[in-house]
Amino acid sequence: MMKTNHDNRIRKTGMGAKASRRLGNTIVYVILVLITAIWLFPFFGLVLESFRVETAMQQSYLWPKEFGWDNYIRLFKETDFMLWFKNTAIMGVATAVLQTFFVLSMSYVLSRLRFKGRKGLMNLMLILGMFPGFLTMILIYKVFTDLGLTMAMAPVGLIIVYCASSGMGYYVSKGFFDTIPKSLDEAARVDGATRWQVFYKVIMPLSKPIVIYTILMGFMAPWGDFMLASYIIHENSAGMNVAVGVFEWMSKTMVNENYTMFCAAGVVVALPVTLVFLMLQKYYVEGVTGGAVKG
Amino acid sequence: MDEMGIVSRKDIVYHRRQCPFDFIRGFVYRLLPVRMIMKRLNDLEYLKLNKLQVLLYNLKLFFCAILPQFFKNIGLSILNFFKNCGLWVKNEVVDIVTTFTKGNWAVKLSFLFFGFGNFYYGQILRGILFLVFEIIFIGYMLIPSGGLYWLAKSNFLQTGKTVGTIQGRFEYNELYDTDVWVQGDDSVKVMLYALLTIIFIIAFIYTWRLQVKQCRICMDITAKGKKVKSGKDDMKSLLDDQFHKTLLSLPLFGIMAFTVLPIIYMVLVAFTSYDAAHDGYSNLFSWVGLEHFNELMDFGKGGLGLAFGEILSWTLMWAFFATFTNYFLGMFVAIMINKKGIKIKKFWRTVLVMTIAIPQFVSLLYVAKLFDSAGIIGKLLGQVPFVSEYLTSNNFISLWDSPIVAKVLVIIINIWVGIPYIMLMATGILMNIPQDLYESSRIDGASAWQQYSKITLPYMMFVMGPYLLTSFVGNLNNFNVIYLLTTGNPLNTDIGTAGGVSVGHTDLLITWLYKMTLNSPESKYYLASLIGILVFVVVAVLSLIVYNVMPSTRNEEDYG
Repeated sequence: MMKTNHDNRIRKTGMGAKASRRLGNTIVYVILVLITAIWLFPFFGLVLESFRVETAMQQSYLWPKEFGWDNYIRLFKETDFMLWFKNTAIMGVATAVLQTFFVLSMSYVLSRLRFKGRKGLMNLMLILGMFPGFLTMILIYKVFTDLGLTMAMAPVGLIIVYCASSGMGYYVSKGFFDTIPKSLDEAARVDGATRWQVFYKVIMPLSKPIVIYTILMGFMAPWGDFMLASYIIHENSAGMNVAVGVFEWMSKTMVNENYTMFCAAGVVVALPVTLVFLMLQKYYVEGVTGGAVKG
Repeated sequence: MDEMGIVSRKDIVYHRRQCPFDFIRGFVYRLLPVRMIMKRLNDLEYLKLNKLQVLLYNLKLFFCAILPQFFKNIGLSILNFFKNCGLWVKNEVVDIVTTFTKGNWAVKLSFLFFGFGNFYYGQILRGILFLVFEIIFIGYMLIPSGGLYWLAKSNFLQTGKTVGTIQGRFEYNELYDTDVWVQGDDSVKVMLYALLTIIFIIAFIYTWRLQVKQCRICMDITAKGKKVKSGKDDMKSLLDDQFHKTLLSLPLFGIMAFTVLPIIYMVLVAFTSYDAAHDGYSNLFSWVGLEHFNELMDFGKGGLGLAFGEILSWTLMWAFFATFTNYFLGMFVAIMINKKGIKIKKFWRTVLVMTIAIPQFVSLLYVAKLFDSAGIIGKLLGQVPFVSEYLTSNNFISLWDSPIVAKVLVIIINIWVGIPYIMLMATGILMNIPQDLYESSRIDGASAWQQYSKITLPYMMFVMGPYLLTSFVGNLNNFNVIYLLTTGNPLNTDIGTAGGVSVGHTDLLITWLYKMTLNSPESKYYLASLIGILVFVVVAVLSLIVYNVMPSTRNEEDYG
């Protein structure tokens, strides 16, 4: 008797499954379309409003009454935006190169090599990470001022700030290195390779996703940073990055003249970064899913 | 079979998974010693309890067994730490003394002059490096305006005394016939140099110990009749056995110079009176000891204690909601996209990932304006009768003016920001869950919800536990989202100004800190430092608890 019961149950679920799955999928599609709309809405709005000519003020309608390039022309001709953009781009490239070097050496060592003090080092960095990093700026700003690395020279100072301590962000790439089988190292070592050769000839070729992920992260950091940048820049237009420069436009006193220009600036900034990001998306996903979880 | 009162092994496993508090039982098995404080139930007795009893039992277990055990463990590890320290010191002293007594003249000489032992045993390169280090150190300490000079000037940690001794001042100058600024000490610099000197002294002691130890090693090696490493070997091993030193040197230097040193400095600042009025240059600041810690006890209006308490509680609340809403909703989205039969998976994913790419200041500043009174969404919501009544009755112009609405909005917008990250991560994990788990559960007649709550969720929890903690800590210090959306507003009239800045309802500790140092004319650096230390304490305590209670204490050797 039990057997037939069991069979019935299977048959029942088997028959209902198709219909219920179809229903389920429809619901999921509806939700996904909704999500897509919610997630893309601000970006459509941003692009549309950047082309609005009739008024620079914020409006409660989305579709411009008159399309034109006025905001972009104003952006490049009347403001220091080009300079800020250049500053940020330089910072992005330099940070990408240096930070990748720092992060990868750190994470490789902590993942693959065993030496005295390794655990201690990791604990130290864990503890250091618990301090609000912003506070280090009090001293760094003072020292950089004496060295002339703030204000107009802020991009140089900021590159140093972004890169110097970047070794502490080793977690994701360490997680990635952890997943590469140790037997590879051992085989190479048995064949007489030095550790440098193992690193250079065995591990690095296997680590393309994480290298690209790290480069990508380094490149994106200066575009989004406001906190550290605003401290080092100290309201000097020549040294600003885009975030600090554009932030002022949205303040209560200035927003009415600059709202549409902000939208234009947003589009100009978002476009290249998004393109680079979407091109390298595959590696980003691999980095996050491979490294972050296991790290 | 159930009627007969016999429960099969499979049923037990199934039932045991069902209780939401079961993970607590798991820890107890791990943590508790044989001697119990309360009566423990065995599996069968435990299964007979109903849901409420299970809850009570587990709560009792938590307070009677786990918490005491937790504190006992902490106490034990502190004790152990001191014991180990004592042992270490003893071993060091014994080793140093035996090295001295057993060593030949060169080894004995190297106790005073670095590197002589190395020279004697043929390690010329190391010997030279040690000797040069010693000469530099002694030179630096003794030259005028060298180490000793700065140490003396700084009055290090002497409460009531100024950092630096000469106050800069205006003095009449006959040449210009007016008052001219005569430069004095700069407290900031004096303190920095003093700190560097102390670090140098510690490095000196460490190096001294290092070369004594190396003499000992050389003694042992030659006693065995083997050859010691030459300078050439040393250079080679930097790419091989000592490869970690090569790779770590630059990153570690960066961390030491730009994180460790500033943090120690910052901790010291909390014991001084460093602010805009005492900026060290025009006015020396001084050591004040624990004075500022008393200010934290001020719970009156505008008092530091009140402000800190309020901001901390919102910070914790924010971090909690920001982390968990993102986590569950992100996972939900990932599950939907990965559902069997859903097409164009890549498209849905790309849409979400795009929002990661766009710099936050663009998207957040724009979204904040959308919800403003003139913005599209803000205007639309303002026309809803219930909302407009609420706004007008409170004299709020936009949604951002209401403390509660602002807080909710910040959390909701943060969901918009955070879901894509979690979605990506969860996708990776979802693909790793063995599919046969789902198949066998389906054959057993599990519904989709059961599959989710019994298979997917526990698996995710297990793997992403550590990530949850890091993202919680990250949210505690999530400057961008708060500052770009609200800059901490609306203002909190109950607190007023604290620490020289007016405190807002959505201010986190980190934005408060930021305003205190950058937006306030008083720039109370000492207060910022103090609060930074407190943030550290909060984060450290939370992490300690979570690490001790989390189920997935992963073994990093598990992979590969």
